[in-house]
Amino acid sequence: MSAQATALTSGKPKPSTWQQVRETLGLPVLAFITALAVGGVIIILTDLEVLGAFRDTLGRLAPAGYTRLILSLVLALVAVGLYFGAERVLARVMKNPPYWQTVALSVLGGVGSLILAYFLLRSAGFDQALDAAQKAVSTAYGAMLEGSLGSLSAIVAALQSGDAEARRLAFYPMLESLVAATPFIFAGLSVALGFRCGLFNIGAEGQLFMGAIFSAFVGYSLKGLPAVIHIPLALGAGALGGAVWAFLPALLKAKVGTHEVINTIMMNWIAIRLSEWLLNGPMKRPGTANPVSPTIEASAELPRFFADPIRFHLGFFIALGAAAFIYWFLFRTTWGFEIRTVGANPFAAKYAGMSITRNYLIAFCMAGALAGLAGANEVLGLNHNLAVAFSAGTGFDAIALALLGKSHPLGVVLAALLFGTLRSGGTRMQNVAKIPVDIISVVQALVIAFIAAPAIIRALYRYREERRAAAH
Amino acid sequence: MTPAQAAELAERTRYRVIGAILVVLGIAGYLLFANGVSADLVSEFGMNASATTKLPDWIIPSYATATALSAICLFLGGFQLARGFGKWTNLVFGIAVLLFIFAFLTWATRDASINLAGMIKSALLRAVPLTLGALSGILSERAGVVNIAIEGMMLAGAMVGALAGSLALQRWPAEQFGSLSLWVGLVAALLTGAALALIHAVLSIRYKVDQIISGVTINIFSLGITSFISARFLQEFQELNNSGIFRTVPIPVLSQIPFLGPILFESNVFTYLTYILLVVVHVALFYTAWGLRTRAVGEHPKAADTLGINVFRTRYLAVLLSGLMAGLAGGYFTLGSVGRFDEGMTAGRGFIALAAVIFGNWTPFGAFGASLIFGFADSLQGKLAILRVPIPSQFLLMAPYISTMIALAGLVGRATPPAASGQPYEKQ
Repeated sequence: MSAQATALTSGKPKPSTWQQVRETLGLPVLAFITALAVGGVIIILTDLEVLGAFRDTLGRLAPAGYTRLILSLVLALVAVGLYFGAERVLARVMKNPPYWQTVALSVLGGVGSLILAYFLLRSAGFDQALDAAQKAVSTAYGAMLEGSLGSLSAIVAALQSGDAEARRLAFYPMLESLVAATPFIFAGLSVALGFRCGLFNIGAEGQLFMGAIFSAFVGYSLKGLPAVIHIPLALGAGALGGAVWAFLPALLKAKVGTHEVINTIMMNWIAIRLSEWLLNGPMKRPGTANPVSPTIEASAELPRFFADPIRFHLGFFIALGAAAFIYWFLFRTTWGFEIRTVGANPFAAKYAGMSITRNYLIAFCMAGALAGLAGANEVLGLNHNLAVAFSAGTGFDAIALALLGKSHPLGVVLAALLFGTLRSGGTRMQNVAKIPVDIISVVQALVIAFIAAPAIIRALYRYREERRAAAH
Repeated sequence: MTPAQAAELAERTRYRVIGAILVVLGIAGYLLFANGVSADLVSEFGMNASATTKLPDWIIPSYATATALSAICLFLGGFQLARGFGKWTNLVFGIAVLLFIFAFLTWATRDASINLAGMIKSALLRAVPLTLGALSGILSERAGVVNIAIEGMMLAGAMVGALAGSLALQRWPAEQFGSLSLWVGLVAALLTGAALALIHAVLSIRYKVDQIISGVTINIFSLGITSFISARFLQEFQELNNSGIFRTVPIPVLSQIPFLGPILFESNVFTYLTYILLVVVHVALFYTAWGLRTRAVGEHPKAADTLGINVFRTRYLAVLLSGLMAGLAGGYFTLGSVGRFDEGMTAGRGFIALAAVIFGNWTPFGAFGASLIFGFADSLQGKLAILRVPIPSQFLLMAPYISTMIALAGLVGRATPPAASGQPYEKQ
């Protein structure tokens, strides 16, 4: 960097693009990988085959095997000690250990000891158990990968064969991931917009339900409209439903100062009960005992692009459009600027003359509208009706999304694609590898925890983050 | 207008609002519950909560009772508008609402009968986990740490309670060891709640993560891991999900009290623990030095710090105790109620417990009262269909949430949380 450029800035050299990418993506990627690793450990520890194999081997272990077992455990402890304490080890040997030697000792020493321990354990007689463990994880994550993106060989074969059905089946996982990601994009944008204004929108779930109710109602009760009018009307009704549901907590926060978290949590449950009543009463499909609404008119369905079984529909592009709109709104308009200012520092915003009440209302109602669109998307594009408890906690996953995407529309879209991929992969993981899909929730929770408390990741991978920064 | 004058005006407005509400209740009570009811109909209320007592049913004339109760409400409302009850206003309001509800019950059972004692007992039983969860929330929030994760801690406590209880039952069968396995399960549930609370405390106190985020994380994690373990192990191996439940133990003398005895004193250990813990937590929070320190840390941590109180250690302890309570509450669902774990069985009751905390103004007995009301609404909604009352049951299920929002908005009295609740403490 030239001296002139450095003098113009705050004195620190401007980071290169590579460094910027690494800084923004570093924590989320590491958090995700660590969460997957912990998930893998949980899968191994709860796998009956693995547990049985370990118990069997322990039962018939020879004396030589016992010594090797103890030795491998000791080596594992040594590995941990070397990884976290390489500097202290080197400081006993030399005065000022150079940086690269510390890194080498910690990484190579730690990993090396771990590998030695693994092979010792294998030779002690645990090879079957370890193989079973490896098989458990690889089957699980392999099935997840296949379920989320499809298998490369199947895709290649289908493309070569030219059979339309085979091609649809081969591309089904990837497109299904996009389908699963769509409500996450809407809901994540909703929570992210709230965060930008300093508001915590936990009510995305309830707003989602209200949006679904409103759009389903418009979808099945208005008959005889052309699709080009019906679809925007139904989507608009969904957005309206979500916005209405977000209005009351926002008003209470602005006027009375009550915490929007509690109010929106209460509104969530009110919305769920309300939907239960509606689907058992006024909105119930005639002729069935199930609490489900009538099927929406064909003119209200979001068009799908491919034949069955591919469910990829217009909603995905609407979601991308919403993300683009939110980006433009937040970063290119004065309203968005005001919202971001109120979120960054309400006192400064008030001093600058911005109305806190108005900005809270605008931001929260827009957030509600987005969450309502998520619900409308599910009804109009996927299920074509409304059923009780149709949403599997999308609103709460959206909090993880907004955190992962740093409340930026692009980040939210990427995070939503990731989560949608995970979810649709999880379904296949459950069908093929018999691993309950709830492990995905555990991974999500770990991701949130790691993102919200970066110190944990930094402590785990400390030689990569802090040391490098200190060396520069 | 000075702040004092503004507060005075707000208070007077609130009194007028309450007076107006009472008048409306009186008029509505007459129009809905008395008007049109033929004078010879009677309402029959069963008075026996268990088979041990043999009180005769309480038979009252429907029209006369409903009219009388409505008249009382009307009179109270008029008195409030004219002269005001002063600091008794809230109590009078509560009593009037109770009278209105009883008028409703009288109308609902005109020419029919319901077991009133049974309904009250059912309300009490539903209130037990809510109260324990509310105690959890109170302990944590009084120290300044918002605990949204009551639901997750309850769920985890429920699962571990069932699992540990079942394992213990296999190891120490009931024929020889009695209820030892159940106590083992209970302790396991307590420890699980405490473990999750420890994670919450570390995340929000040490790493200064936003307390709502760490609470939501624990909820998602708990739901995921309990459903995961339930699907992996408990569905396949039924003997791991069969812990049995604590027996009902009547207290010797007290359970003979007519009407109230079987309701209050003929229950299982969870109810009795709830009574004890209510008193213990109330005394501890408001009459001991530890309680004063905890509340100080929740209201003004910086001032407490300058006095030498270790803010972090106080908060850690409070959150851990809160986790123990939530674990106990979770244990009720499995070890005190059904004896097996089903995925997601708490079904949002942790959030109703949170509502009870707010509605009860962050005090143990207030939360108990709120839990009783919510429990009563819950037990009432099951009976509505039988009584052919045209209110959808889901509306009663919404009642806890709506009433909490009303309480928070200060419509019938200010619900003020501890001042420093929700903010991580930075030591300076």
